[in-house]
Order: sequence, then structure tokens, then C-alpha cells
Amino acid sequence: MHWNTGYQSEALPLVKRFVEQFRGAETAVVPSSSCVAMMRDHYPKMAAEIGDAALIAEVSQLLPRVFEFSEFLTKRLGLEDVGAYYPHRVTYHASCHGLRNLGLGDGPVRLLKAVRGIDLVELDGLEQCCGFGGTFAVKNADVSSAMLEEKISTVLGTGAEVCTACDNSCLMHIQGALHRQKTGVKTLHLAEILAADEGAGL
Amino acid sequence: MGVDIGAASLGSARAEILQRIRAATGGVSNAEVARAGWARLPREYRRTATRGREAVLELLEDRLRDYDANVVRVGRDGVSAIVAKLLSERGKTRMLVPAGIAKQWLPVGVEFVEDEGLSPEDLDRFDGVMTGSTMAIAETGTVILQNVPGQGRRAVTLVPDYQLCVVREEDVVETVSEAMARLQETAELPTTFFSGPSATADIEMTRIKGVHGPRFLDVVLMRSGFERETL
Amino acid sequence: MSGSALDPKTAPVFPMAARAAMKDGQLRRNVRHATDMIQAKRARVVAEMPDWQELREAGKQIRQHTMENLDFYLEEFEANCTRAGGVVHWARDAAEAQQIIVGLVKASRSDEVIKIKSMTTEEIQLNSALEAAGIHPYETDLAELIIQLGHDQPSHIVVPALHKNRQQIREIFRREMNLPKLGERPEDLADAARIFLREKFLRVKTGVSGANFLIAETGGVCIVESEGNGRMCLTLPETLITVAGIDKVVPRFADLEVLFQLLPRSATGERMNPYNSIWTGVNASDGPRAFHVVLMDNARTEILADAEGRQTLNCIRCGACQNACPVYRQTGGHAYGSVYAGPIGAILTPQLQEMHHAQSLPYASSLCGACYEVCPVKINIPEVLIHLRNKVVKQNGPLNIEALAMKTMGMIFLSEQRFRAAQRMGRMAEAPLVRRDEKGAGWIGWLPGMLGGWTKARDLQEMPQETFRDWWEKRGTHGS
Repeated sequence: MHWNTGYQSEALPLVKRFVEQFRGAETAVVPSSSCVAMMRDHYPKMAAEIGDAALIAEVSQLLPRVFEFSEFLTKRLGLEDVGAYYPHRVTYHASCHGLRNLGLGDGPVRLLKAVRGIDLVELDGLEQCCGFGGTFAVKNADVSSAMLEEKISTVLGTGAEVCTACDNSCLMHIQGALHRQKTGVKTLHLAEILAADEGAGL
Repeated sequence: MGVDIGAASLGSARAEILQRIRAATGGVSNAEVARAGWARLPREYRRTATRGREAVLELLEDRLRDYDANVVRVGRDGVSAIVAKLLSERGKTRMLVPAGIAKQWLPVGVEFVEDEGLSPEDLDRFDGVMTGSTMAIAETGTVILQNVPGQGRRAVTLVPDYQLCVVREEDVVETVSEAMARLQETAELPTTFFSGPSATADIEMTRIKGVHGPRFLDVVLMRSGFERETL
Repeated sequence: MSGSALDPKTAPVFPMAARAAMKDGQLRRNVRHATDMIQAKRARVVAEMPDWQELREAGKQIRQHTMENLDFYLEEFEANCTRAGGVVHWARDAAEAQQIIVGLVKASRSDEVIKIKSMTTEEIQLNSALEAAGIHPYETDLAELIIQLGHDQPSHIVVPALHKNRQQIREIFRREMNLPKLGERPEDLADAARIFLREKFLRVKTGVSGANFLIAETGGVCIVESEGNGRMCLTLPETLITVAGIDKVVPRFADLEVLFQLLPRSATGERMNPYNSIWTGVNASDGPRAFHVVLMDNARTEILADAEGRQTLNCIRCGACQNACPVYRQTGGHAYGSVYAGPIGAILTPQLQEMHHAQSLPYASSLCGACYEVCPVKINIPEVLIHLRNKVVKQNGPLNIEALAMKTMGMIFLSEQRFRAAQRMGRMAEAPLVRRDEKGAGWIGWLPGMLGGWTKARDLQEMPQETFRDWWEKRGTHGS
């Protein structure tokens, strides 16, 4: 958030903090594609800006062990069917950073297709941004709302009970409008659907 | 040019801009540095043909038609007959031609007037213009004209509303890169690429044929062999 | 906003201009329709190219290499153009370029000029300068003619009148060309323009153009166009004046093989646009007898000096980023307050103003990356946007609410203790704003101050009672 809004000197210490927190981890799994995109696209540059050789080395060693949640399953573990059961109509929203920066491709959709009982409906305009964009949603609230409105109408057009994604920020944004408009459609992170079994509700 | 617009101040503009560029890029570039850097540029895209000759010619025909041009293929002895037919179908009787056009392409019974530096108003009074061509690019449906005998100056193929253009099959290449390589020798000649008739999509992105350049276009694709050889 | 020139110095900030633009339903439908059409065409012809990514990479590298050796290539262009009979002029800024061009037109003893569409002449508001000097400019590109006759402003780099539909264009032509019976089919409108302009093409003795490419190796200039109005202006007048930013130079003739493949497919979704013209200096038997090129800086060297912003200069003005941008598609181009709208405008305009104006433009993006994906020369627009945001933040200094909030949040994110404390405080602070819905879930429907933008169209769920960390710690290390 700091980096993307222009507060770069405030963002730099967070790189150090991240390395300190995760240097001991075999793998770091992140449930938000925009966070992973931030790390992959900017952390090396930020470490270089700090100019600390040890930090630069640590960032480059740590980053290959950082995975977005769905790519951890599909690329790192080679899984598609995780044994979930979710008998509901679901549509998948591809977050911009997952789609363009991480190249998640159809990984999340393959995971969803393997869920037993699921009725997966494709979302029109999959490559269209939901309009969140961090502080964009506040600084350019009118444009952001108009983009969101289009996303909501395509979500409603699918007749889905649930809209899922690999990015909590998009989901928070989409959920905000789905609730405001009293649509009754829920948002769930992909992990929540993959964790569902016969005992789970909607 | 005898224009007094403060030559001293503008002379210093040149020096100042170049100085600012050098300050920005961190030094003075020169021919050696630039040539070496240019030679290292990656060019992994297609630079040669990938199709057979007949496929390339078919591609050109297809792409020209896609842009609303009419295309006919003839042997080298069949040009004047097909030209007569095309002109008569379109009702064209008074045609402009550049100096140096192949006389054997011109049928009798049509008035062909050679351009001798006619005024724009005079150019506007012809039924159409007929020329040869330098080259054609199949992949993009493009015909290339240069200021040489048989193709003439640029205005000649611009002001009349109809153009008939003869393209020799051996001048057809598949890709843009092949065309640019062939043009390198004559790069300084006035050169026009045209891809179909003049067009615009400025109104609601609807492509419509014809604004200011020729609105109607016939392309005669000429084999190097004679008509009967392929019949 | 129509009528007065788009000037970043006086334009309202983007969020305000966007709000106004978005109230115009017709404008939004027109922009949507046009951008949908171009995007579909572009996607089709790009998909035909098996080597599109290799072409993009080559395009990027050619442009980058040119910028690194810009002084050499400009001097090479100047020498070759001069040798071929052209006259090269240099202009530090817009005022100097205007002065040179007005002087040249007067010297050609003409009080009118025919013009090819050129964003550079729009950038320097050349038409106003010509009119102030008693010279009438005729725009000859159909879209620019619509803009000029409609006393309007361009809203797109390639299709400047894309915000107008056929009925609106018919009204302008009916009124300005005195054609009460004009139909509204695009063919009728194009015919009217053909007849209206033909007389000007045949009569006016001075032409003004921009340039797509200046070829250093030969001193040649290249113009890429559709209608043939460009060819008219390049070949019929006695004097031709071309004005180009110093960024328009390419090293060699052969480099056009890359740009001729990237530009038309990206710009209009055509395999090749109808006409490309290349000419070198003056040719005794072909075209104008006097040819001038004005090489203009106008803050481009400032951009060149910024290592991260420099890639902005690689732009070949195809407009693909505008068509792909979800923000542009909502607002159209005028909201950007500059002739350069959309993502490229959001990075180019503030830099051309040396960051003195248009500071709201780098924020006019959700950073979705659609612009970068379609850019034929791979300009990483989101990266430059973030870089420019950083410049704006530095300009604004540390003493404003946003900067203080960002600083505080930065501190909080650095410490687990502070983070947990902040979560507790957040739950307390939000409590008065939280309302229960019918399912008993807590939602916030109104937020104060800057954050109120969020709750205009969205609710915000209350912070969870149990955080992920709490849950993780409670469930132990072995999982359930």
C-alpha cells in the first residue's frame, strides 16, 4: 500500500521486517495475489535501494519460496483435486495482479473444477479490474465505484451464490457492493471453498 | 530560406537541447557506440518467408480483398486485355499514367495521358490512374510505390479517385521485414505504402472506404510467364 | 469542458473532472462502444502474429537504444535531412516551436495551412498560435475536422473524436458546412468531409504535419495514416513544415520493419493502416519545394534525465493503453485535462509539466496492468505511475493527513505488538459506526473524511472478532 501510493521511504523498512519474519520458513504461502506481486516485482528493487548487500541476498533467496496460495497448490505441490466438497453455484474473479503479474492462468479454475458438487460459472470480462486498486478506491471513488458496478452486474449475471478469488482486497471490495445492494451473494476466498467438506455450510 | 526568426537564439536552442540530452544520458554518444549498440538489438521475430510461393500469392490476394480491393491474376501477355476489361466495367475512359509505364499494358480505345508535372487541379480531372509498383507485402495486403519510372510522383496516385495497379509476382514478399530489406537500397526515394483504398474508422470505429485518397482499387497480379503456359 | 483548450496548468484535478464526465451518459456509451470495437479488432490481428512478443521486445529495445544515444541520432538525422534539402530547426519549448512555425508559414506567404493530425501540435496548442498570427489552420483528418468544427478538444490519441457518435457529428457538419440535408451514415459524413476539404487540398500552399518516425540513417520522415489527407498535405503544398518531439527519431530505415508491424495492429487493429508515407528532404519532381523539420524538446530531456520515467519516451502513440484502460473507458479523455489522456497521458502529462501540474494524474489508475499488457513497446506504465506517485508525495511533504496516516501505518506494520494493539483500537474505534444486518453481521455503511469515498457505493465489514493470528495460535502447530 505504501509503495503503490508513493510512500516509498515508508515502505522500505517493511522489506526488512518481512525478511526477519520469514527467513526461517521453508515456504511462505500468501493468500493474496497482490501481496505476492508486490514482493516479486518490487522487493528486489527495494532491497537494492536500501543498499544492504545481506538484505539483497536474503530477498533473492527468500522470494523463490514465496507462493500465492493457488500456485502453491498447483505449481509447488502439483495438486488439483484437494478433496473438497462444495455444492453451490460459484463464479471466480481473477484479480489483476494474479492474472497479469503472477500469471496464475487457469490454476485457480482447475482447483475449483475439481471440487465435488460445485457449479462453476465463468465470469464475463474476466480480465476487467474490479476497481479496487488500493487507495484508488478512495482517491478516485467515483471511477472506482463505476468499475465495481460493472463487476457486480457481471457477477449477478452468473446467478452465482458465491464469488471467489485469490485476493482478499478484491473480495473486500466486491463484497462491499454486494452487501450494500442487498444481493445476498457472498464472497469467499478460494481457500475457504477448498477447505469445505460435507459438514460445511454456504 | 531567408527566414528571420532569431537565428542566434535558435542556434543556442540546438546546443542547449543536445547538452541537456548528454547530461541526461550521462555522456556523448558517437557512431561507434551507437552502431555497436544497434547491432546487439534482439531481433527474434520472423524476418524471412515461412510459406511457399503460391501460398504467399494467395495470402496477398486474400488480404487485399479483405481491404476491399479487387484482385485479378494474369500472365504477362494478358495485362492489356484485363486492363481493358476492368476499365470498361468501371466506365473509365480517360486515365492518367506516369512516365515510363510499360506501353504493352495499355489497351487501345482508352485515353492514357502521361503526367508531366500536372497541377493538382488537372490531376483531379481524370477518371483514374494506372501504375506499376515496386513491391507488395502479402501478410499485410500492402502495395509499395516509389518515385521511379512507371510509378511516378506521389500526387499522381493520390488525387484521382480510382487506381489500377500492376504488381509483378516476383515483387511479392511475405513479410514486412523482407520488404524493408529490399527497400533499403532506395530508402531515400519518396515512398508510399498503401493497403487497400483510402479508409477511415473515425466515426464510431466503423471502417468505411474512401475519404481523400482513391476510393476504388484494382490490383492486377502479373505472372512472369505467359497466359497460355498456365491454361 | 469542450471549447477551451485542454491545458494541464488550469485543468481541474482528475477525480473532479472524472465525476463531471461520468454524468454524461452519451459520452460514456460512445467511449465504451469505440474502445470495445478497437480492442476486439486489435486482439484479432495481434493473435495472428506468432512472433508478437518478440516484436514487442525488439520494439522496446530499439526505443530504449535510441534514447540512450539520442544526441547522436538527432545529429545524424539533422545532417542527413539537411543534405537531402530539408531545413532543421530546434525548439526548446512550445513557445519557441510556435514562433518558428508561425515564422515559416509567414515566410511561405500563406495565411492558411492544411494540417495533418498531430498530437505534438495539439500539445503546443499550435492552432491558437497560428490564429493569433492571422493564419487559418484547416484540420484535414476527419476526426480532427470534427473536433475543429465542433469547437471541441481531442479525447484520444488515435481517434480524437471517439467521444462523438454519428448523430452528433452530423449536427456539427450540418451546422458548420451548411448542409441541412446531410444524412447520418458514416459514408455520408465522410463524403461531406471529402468534398469540404478537397478544395482546400488543391488550393492551400503550406502544409503542417507531425511525424511518426524520423529516420536518422537517411534523414527521412515517416507518416502513418488512414484517409489520404496526410498524403495530400505532404505532396500538394509548396511548403511543408513538420514538427516532431525529439523522441520521434529511430536509428535506421530497417527499424521500421518492427514499428510497421507493432503500430497499426496496436492502434487501429489493422494489419497495416491504409497509407504510410516516407520522404527524405526535398525531391525536385515530387512534393513540396521547401521542407522544414522542427525538433522540439518541451520537457522531453527532463523525462530522459529520470532513469525510471525515461521509458515514457518510448511511446509510439498507438493509443492501445487508452482502449484497454478501465479508467479511461469510464471517463473518456477530457477528464485527464490534457491532449494525452489515458494511461500514457497519466504518466506523460505530469512529466511534460515537469511535475508542476497534473499531480492527480498518476493516481488515476487502479494499477490493473492492462495498459502494460497491450503496450507494443512494453512501457511498464504501472511502474512509472508508482514512481511518479513517489515524486508527488515528496513534493507534498510530510505534513498532511495522508502522509501522517501512511507514516503511522508504516510504524504499525513494523511491530507485531503495535499491530495487535492497532487491531484492538480499530475494533473500538469502528464500534460506533457498525450496524448489524439481518444475519447479525456487523457492517459499516458510512465512513468520515477521505475514507468516505469507500462508503459511497460500498459497505465495509467490521473487523473480525478473531483474527487469523488468533485462530492460527489457538489451533496449535499440528492442524486439525
